[in-house]
Parts: sequence; C-alpha cells; structure tokens
Amino acid sequence: MPRITTELSFADRLGTCKARWGIGRMEYMVPPGLYAVGTPTPDDPVVVTANYKMSYDMVRSSLAGHNTWLLVLETFGINVWCAAGKGTFGTDELEKRVDSVGLATVVNHRCLLLPILGAPGVAAHEVQKRTGFTVRYATIRAMDLPSYLDNDMVTTPEMQELTFTLRERLVLIPVELVLALKSIGLIGGTIFLAAFLMGGEAAGTKAIIAWLGAVFAGIVVGPLLLPWLPGRSFAIKGGIAGLGWSFVWYLLAGGAAWSVPVSLAAFLALPAVSAFYTLNFTGCSTYTSRSGVKKEMRLALPAMGAVLVVSLVLVLAGRFL
Amino acid sequence: MKGYRYLSGVTTLELRPEDCVGCGRCLEVCPHRVFALDGTKARIIDLDACMECGACAKNCPAAAITVDSGVGCASGLINEWLQERKLRRVGSGCCS
Repeated sequence: MPRITTELSFADRLGTCKARWGIGRMEYMVPPGLYAVGTPTPDDPVVVTANYKMSYDMVRSSLAGHNTWLLVLETFGINVWCAAGKGTFGTDELEKRVDSVGLATVVNHRCLLLPILGAPGVAAHEVQKRTGFTVRYATIRAMDLPSYLDNDMVTTPEMQELTFTLRERLVLIPVELVLALKSIGLIGGTIFLAAFLMGGEAAGTKAIIAWLGAVFAGIVVGPLLLPWLPGRSFAIKGGIAGLGWSFVWYLLAGGAAWSVPVSLAAFLALPAVSAFYTLNFTGCSTYTSRSGVKKEMRLALPAMGAVLVVSLVLVLAGRFL
Repeated sequence: MKGYRYLSGVTTLELRPEDCVGCGRCLEVCPHRVFALDGTKARIIDLDACMECGACAKNCPAAAITVDSGVGCASGLINEWLQERKLRRVGSGCCS
C-alpha cells in the first residue's frame, strides 16, 4: 500500500496553479485506491476523497500530523462536489472501492468519513446495507478535517456551512477566463471586422476594447463583487457591472463626442454582454439552484438578445439617418 | 448562506412529514441549513436557501424528500437544451 506524504512539493503547487488556469485540468488525477497517511493502525479513521489531484492534495496536506487511511475514489479527475452531482463520487463506486482494496481486512472499525459535499452522490444507508460500513459526513472543507478529528469527530455548524469568500471566488476566475477564451476571440474578431468595415481601424479598435471590457466586467468584476452588487439575479449583478464599464468606457473613449444612438447602444449592449458572462458564473457558485438558474435564463437570454438587436439597429440607424 | 441569497420561490424541494422517520440525515448533509429537527420529524425552516443539490433526498432512508436536482450552471443548461434539440453532441463541455 502506498504511504504518502502530507507535504506538498513545488510540483504539487505548480500543478494546482496550472489546473486553476485550465492547463491539463481534465487529466489532473491520481490512481484510485487506499493510501496510508502517516503510520495508520487498523483502528485509525478512513477518509474518503476524489481522485482529482487538487482534491487529493488538499486532503492529504490537511491531514499532516494525523495517522489516517485515505480512500481515493475513481471520479475521473473531477472534484468531489461536481463528481457527486454526476454520480461518479457515488454509492456504487464507494462500494466497489471498499471491496477492491479489501478495506474490511485493513481496518477493525466500520466507519467511513466522507466530505459533506459528496452527499449528493452517496446514499449513506445504501452504503451501510451493501458494505457494512457506516458513512459519517465529516466536513465541507478539507482544512477543517484536523479539528474534526481532534474534536472526537464532531461536526460543528461552521464545518457544515458553505461559504463563498472573496478568495474562494477569486481562484475560480482564471479557468472561467480560459474556458471563454475561444468564444471571446471569435466574437471579438467578428466585432472588430464589422466596426472596421463601417468606420475604419480606429472604430474597430474601439469596438474590440469595448467588447473586451464588457467581457472582463462579466467574468472578473461581477463574480468578485458578487455579494455587494445589488439584486439576487446573477444576470442583473452582471448587468450592473457592465453598466459600470459603460461609464468608464464613455469617459475613456471620449463619449461626449458620440452620437446619441451610439451612446445608447453602448450603454445597452455592453451591460448585456457582462450580464451573460456573470450569469454563467452560477456554475461556480455555491448557492444557486437549478430551478433558479433556469428561471433566470428564461427571462435573461431573450432580454439580452433583444437588447443586442436594438443596439445594432441603433448603430446602423445612427449611421444611415 | 451568510451574505448571499438567490431567487426565492423557485426550489422544487419537498418534504413529506408523514414519511419522515426523524433520523436527521438531511440536517447532516445540507450545506445551507434548510432543515431542522422537531422531536422526531424533520421540518423545512429555510426553503429558499435550498440549492437543489439533492444530498438530502439521496440520503433519506425513508424517501420522504424529493427535489429536482441536477446541473445548475448556465452553460450546463444551454448544453442540455442544445443536446435535447440534437444541436450538440452529448459529452462536450465541462458540465455535460
């Protein structure tokens, strides 16, 4: 059985950083199976996690100074929360893995410590029935595991409550940018070309900066300012961030000289773009529901489409009238 | 969740008290404190905090909870719609 260190090397930290930027993120995994952290005895606890390398690293580094067993499930390199949603961090895989590593012969007790965010995929009562092991949902965050273990395995209310701090939001943004890069480039190129054909190189450059600013407001500013932007809807929060960018751009680009239709178009289209990208951040958030996002999309997508069409008409009308 | 509140009146979460056995599992797995235990029955105390993750329903041994859980991100839903209309193949994108 592999005995693993709780210290993260430079390569581990670099790997985390690369995954945050979307580099090799879908292949960032460790082999599933049973690992020994420290020098565990058959009486020591079994901690369960996913085989996404970043999840595995967070768990093993938080277990420094504790002797535990680490059971890593095959989630195909996906983190606990997303894998539980898909069902790969689930009852069947847990049963299979407990069986294949012969856990019942390795430990004397019959208890598994699971991350709380793994619960959407695991039916604790089913696991008990099928394997004889009792599931205990320990904590949400790996960093709370030491205090949980030292505290007679009692989950405090803080260990069980989700948060979405500035830092937690910040680390999610790079990969969102990278994932959107292709569409940002394609649409940006089209916008540049259209503006270039209509008004020359200066117009093209201005249009593409306006576009990039709106995208940035939607992907970076909206999520960072999330709790402080007014409204509950992500689209509205993003729209307000985009409106902020519209003002900034108006001042930077000498908006006072713009025609009325162009000014109107800018103040309509740019917030719509930002609204779309912030709405997409619902996928990263820890408190939005599927039904809520569906409702938002049913209202927001047609509205965004309409706003963009109106803006286009305004620009064209302003030119030909 | 502290400092955050999403749209109200949208969640599909339902608890049938007559089926509840009062084991308290739903309280354990819910990351948003939606449930409380009143003696031998669970009760929903903060319905609008529900993010429809499905952990409570999955872990309810009495099947007293139902919720339409699933992918909740915008791009995931767009992918789903496109797949339903056969405009995109299954398996592309992060949320498929």
